This record gives sequence, C-alpha cells and structure tokens, in this order.
Amino acid sequence: MADETKPEGTATAPAPSPAPAAPAAAAHAAKPAAPRPPAAPVPDLAGKTTSVASPGGAAAAKPAPAAAAKAATRDADDTSPLLNRRAWMGLAWGAFSAASAAALAATGRFMFPNVLNEPPQQFKAGFPNEYGLGVDERWKEKFGIWLVRISDENVEPHGSGFYALFTICTHLGCTPNYLSAENKFKCPCHGSGYRLTGVNFEGPAPRPLERAKISLADDGQILVDKSRKFQYELGQWTDPDAFLKA
Amino acid sequence: MAETKTIAPKEGPGTQFWNWLTETQVWTSVFRHGRPDSDRNRVLVMLSNVFLHLHPVRIRKSGVKLRYTWCMGGLSFFLFLVLTFTGLLLMFYYRPTLEYAYSDIIGLREHVPLGIMREMHRWGAHAMVITVWLHMFRVFMTGSYKPPREFNWSVGVIMLVLTLLLSFTGYLLPWDQLAIWAITVGSNMARATPFLGYEGPGAQLLRLGDVPLIHAYDDARFALLGGSFVGEGALLRFYVLHCVGLPLGIAVLMAVHFWRVRKDGGISGPL
Repeated sequence: MADETKPEGTATAPAPSPAPAAPAAAAHAAKPAAPRPPAAPVPDLAGKTTSVASPGGAAAAKPAPAAAAKAATRDADDTSPLLNRRAWMGLAWGAFSAASAAALAATGRFMFPNVLNEPPQQFKAGFPNEYGLGVDERWKEKFGIWLVRISDENVEPHGSGFYALFTICTHLGCTPNYLSAENKFKCPCHGSGYRLTGVNFEGPAPRPLERAKISLADDGQILVDKSRKFQYELGQWTDPDAFLKA
Repeated sequence: MAETKTIAPKEGPGTQFWNWLTETQVWTSVFRHGRPDSDRNRVLVMLSNVFLHLHPVRIRKSGVKLRYTWCMGGLSFFLFLVLTFTGLLLMFYYRPTLEYAYSDIIGLREHVPLGIMREMHRWGAHAMVITVWLHMFRVFMTGSYKPPREFNWSVGVIMLVLTLLLSFTGYLLPWDQLAIWAITVGSNMARATPFLGYEGPGAQLLRLGDVPLIHAYDDARFALLGGSFVGEGALLRFYVLHCVGLPLGIAVLMAVHFWRVRKDGGISGPL
C-alpha cells in the first residue's frame, strides 16, 4: 500500500489499482473523496507535486472546487506543505534581496558623517568702529572672509557700510591674494582678478566672488554667517542680508 | 669468465643532499610533483600551485615577442606589485592625521633607513600610469579589443579609471600645498554632478517641500570628502580608499582581466 502515497508519474497505471487504492486513498486524503470509479481515467500526475495528488484522485477530475476547498479549509491530518516550492523560493529570495538592499542603503548612509570638526559658520567680527575703509584681512586665515568697508554712495546701491567676501576663487577654488597697491584681488593659481566689490574682470574666473550674510548682532558686533551666500550674477547682492549699513 | 661490473660514479655531496631533501616528508608534502623534466611534471608545476595556476602551462612563441606585445600589461602588473609592497612599507611610518601627515612624509626621507621608499612609490605610480596607457595603446593598435574581446577591453578601461583614482587619492596623502589644492580642485567637480551635487543641474528638484535633500553638507562631494572642505575627513577617507578600497577593486578586476586573456586563447595569439 505504500505505492499509494507516491505520485504515479506515468499516465499508464494498471486499471485494477484504483479499486484497492480507493479505501487507502480515502484514509490518507484530505477529505474523504468519493471512491474512484474503476473505469475513470487515471489522474495525470506527470509534473505535479504531491500536494496536488494527496487530496485524492478526485482533484484531477474536479480541479477548481478541489483547489478552492483545499485553500479554504485544511484538515488536521493533512501533511502537505503550507507553501509550495515556488512560493518558498520566492519568499527566500525576496527576503535575501530586501536584506541586501537594506545593507547597501545602510552602507551608503554610513558615508555621511554626523559630526564634523570644522570651524563654525557664524562668527562675530568685532564692532564697526574697529574697522577703517577698504579691505580687512584679519579674518582671512581663520574664517576665509574678507570684511570690506566702503563709504562711496556711487559704488553700492546701499551706500556706506560693510560686506563680507568669501576668499574662494570662483575659477577652481584657490585663495586669492589682496593686492592693496593694485586695488584688486588676484588669484595665484590661474590669475583670476577681482575688483574690491568682488566682480571678476580678468583671468579665467567665470563669475564674481560670493558674499556672505552680514548683520549686526545683539551686542552691536558685526555678525558674519557663512552658511548663507549671495551671488551677484543671480542678482542677490541687493538682498538686505548681503550688506550691513554702518 | 669474470663478469664486468659497471660501477656508477658516486654522486657528489650536492646531488646527494638534494636527493635526500626532495624525498623528505616536508618537501613531498609541499611539492606534489617531481622536477619539471617531463610534460606531466611541467603541467603539475602550474596546476598544483595556487599562485601559478592562473598562468597557462604553455604559451605561444609570439607571447614573449616584445615587438608584438610590448610587455606593457605585464609591466603594469609588476609595477602594481612594487607599489603594493612599497606602499605597505610606507604604512609603517605614516599617520593619516592633520597633525602628523606632512611631518611623517618628511620623516620617511630623513629618518627612516633607506630613505627612498617614498620616492620609489611615487616614481612607480608615475611609471604605472605610463605603462597602463602604453598597454592600452598597444591593445588598440593590435586590434585586440575586437569581438569576442570587447568585455576584456571594458574591464581594462575600468582598471584605467581605478589606476587614475589611485593616483588621485594617493596625491593627497603628503598633505602639502600641492596635495590640498589639487584635491580641492578635483573634488569641486563632484559638486557639479547632476542631481547628486549641490551645484549641479537638478539638485534643486530634489527637495521635500522646503527642505533641500541635496546641499553643501549632503551631496556627493560631501560623501567623498567626509566634510564640506578638504580636511581631516578627506585625508582619512582618501587614505582608506588608496590603501584598501581601490587596491581590492583593481585586484579583483585584474583577476578577471587575466582570466579573460587565458580563456580567449592566451596572450598574443589569433582567436
């Protein structure tokens, strides 16, 4: 009787076998299927898994209701697997892919540090009366900023006051030098030249130097905020944050 | 009738020692073949050795013809090994921190015995870029990129990029003016990347409402430098990439590259 538990791979099963198989199949099957008529065509089990075969030979004759019944209820004696092979492999590969994608994303996030050892972006630059007219280089090394004081109404739309220039050449990022004798900024790397306003006039620089946000702190000191920048070519120098009237 | 006995000449002490040595348990456990004096043993020398088994047992005569191959690929690999070894030695005396980097490089010349290790590493790097380029030129001139060798050519191009990246990352490590500004200029290119660079096209599109997702502290350039400018983060990252990350990558590609040459019938031969 052990033969009845195996799927009959060939379609040509001997005719007498369904008859003695009926009681064994009934005891083994998920639900007591009707005894198979001896002359009924043998269910074609080629290529099918045991889970399809075990609910009984009636499944081959009535596949739709048998499948629906199988999904809805499950007998306590049913030892067929809960997931067929395809579903299991899909679940396994899916879980592996999801885990790998998560690991990759975590690695990517790892590359962006949360803590930086960099100088602060805002700094207080002293009181306005500590500055004379023209370019002041006292903050160039520490913060990368030139503080420029002007008083000519014709030069700036705002009149007299302060603005802060970034000491970063707009060509490729070197630090220009202030040449007071020639009244200009000149980059040593490739010769870009800028007027005191920051506007580029010679060399490969494509645009003027950028200005930083400048304002007055509560205690009256000049407050420079490098985290906000203003670009002339975008029309941003007219922004009130880009110039400190004093 | 007296028999004539042939007396074999007694072997010299050297030969006797050698015969004894090659029959010891240690020797026969390490070398599982005899001397390469038969074809079978010649094959076994290559096949039973993990370092040699990437090589073929035989090569064509044209494979060693310098006029055909220039040997630039082999020279590139040799220089890579030299750079790996000298680089490893340099790592014993170099610390990739803001405080020590510059003075350690000077120390490698002034205080370390045989003070030309840094120079050898640098000259080897220059030479490797040249030999890699000449190798690529030779492969192109001999048409060795044509089907079915297109994939190997592409692998080679990627290896060229990795070689140049190795030069780029290594350039920062002395932490002198030349290094800092070269890497500043080079890494500034990353901020112009489309979408991933904060000054690139499309970066403004990637925002959640008012919050920009791509800005100076969160873009491709920031990830490369580990900061908003070339500082201690960049030095350490470039050190790790230069010593571990990129060499591992290029070694894997080398294995693929050499394997492909073998599979296509060996160097310097028709298909």
